[in-house]
Amino acid sequence: MMALFDIFRRTRMKSAAIAKDRLQIIVARERSTTRQAPWYLPQLQQELLQVIAKYEHIDVETVTVNLDTTDGAEVLELNIVLPEDSAPIRAPVIEMTSYPA
Amino acid sequence: MAKVVVITSGKGGVGKTTTAASFATGIASLGHKTVVIDFDVGLRNLDLVMGCERRVVYDLVNVIKKEAKLHQALIKDKRVDGLYVLPASQTRDKDALDLEGVGEVIEELKKKFEFIICDSPAGIERGAQLAMYFADEALVVTNPEVSSVRDSDRVLGLLDAKTYRAENNLEPIKCHLLLTRYNVKQVKKGEMLSVDDVLELLGIPFLGVIPESKYVLSASNAGTPVVLDDANEAGQGYLDVVSRFLGEDRPHRFLEEKKGFFKRLFGAN
Ligand SMILES: Nc1ncnc2c1ncn2[C@@H]1O[C@H](COP(=O)(O)OP(=O)(O)OP(=O)(O)O)[C@@H](O)[C@H]1O
Ligand SMILES: [Mg+2]
Repeated sequence: MMALFDIFRRTRMKSAAIAKDRLQIIVARERSTTRQAPWYLPQLQQELLQVIAKYEHIDVETVTVNLDTTDGAEVLELNIVLPEDSAPIRAPVIEMTSYPA
Repeated sequence: MAKVVVITSGKGGVGKTTTAASFATGIASLGHKTVVIDFDVGLRNLDLVMGCERRVVYDLVNVIKKEAKLHQALIKDKRVDGLYVLPASQTRDKDALDLEGVGEVIEELKKKFEFIICDSPAGIERGAQLAMYFADEALVVTNPEVSSVRDSDRVLGLLDAKTYRAENNLEPIKCHLLLTRYNVKQVKKGEMLSVDDVLELLGIPFLGVIPESKYVLSASNAGTPVVLDDANEAGQGYLDVVSRFLGEDRPHRFLEEKKGFFKRLFGAN
């Protein structure tokens, strides 16, 4: 009984910290959609995804690209959540295609 | 130059009306001629918090529809000199207000008052946008809680884009964060977002905190803005906020736990 209680306690993060984490994500996402984002952002997101997918198994849903303005400087932030059991793809699969010179 | 200040939040029930009443009363009590307008058409309650509900004859909608003159609708406060209330109507017609009409009323008020305080309805729709449209400054009332912070962020987006200042490329509306219903004990235990957390998330200048206080309810029960009772923390918080808004440099209070008797006795922390 005691042990169970302990596990419950240990894994519990302070709720304010959870709230802050969640808000950071929501707020960034909503700002990028409501405030004017550059036209190329969706395309950039797609292309970055393709590059990363070559090396890591990733879920499209877990990738966010945000453009933030802090103190007048624009910061492009790329967030990728790698799956827990993420093992890098061992050898890059290189398709041998020959192109005419 | 008269200043138009909107009290806004997005989320409902966070303390806009409480703030509008105390902020306006506080400013007027320091000698500035002030009017506070209720923009919550259909759900007016600023008159109740100000304790003048029985003296409402005409309202903002009557003035806009030219059914009454502005001076007929203004209610003079009986406690504080130079303080007036312009009530909202109880009409169910949400479209009773229009931008042009509101603009005319505010222009006329600017000739007579130093501060025009607009109590916004909840939401981010038309009513809230009308209340903020002519603002020079905004008090973004936020509770330390996820949905309130998120709504405040959306309201900040609107203040930046859908207002007279934004649409005419004037200097942007000056936004201030007012964190209300703050409970230091819960913050210390990690159960409530702190001032720093909210400031980091919203990134606007900090005007102050109003502690969670039972006196807010008793003040609204009595129809007396809580700022008039400077013996309680909420009243003191509002007085600080008013002074800071008017340019005075006041240290922030209510961010640390008050030491109880035993803690003082043993010097524990
Ligand atoms: N600092 C505080 N401590 C305790 N209670 C508070 C505090 N501030 C506001 N309240 C209470 O919260 C409730 C909502 O307050 P208020 O009517 O001012 O919010 P509002 O934002 O104007 O709501 P609405 O969005 O419906 O217009 C009221 O019952 C009020 O007494
Ligand atoms: Mg209200």
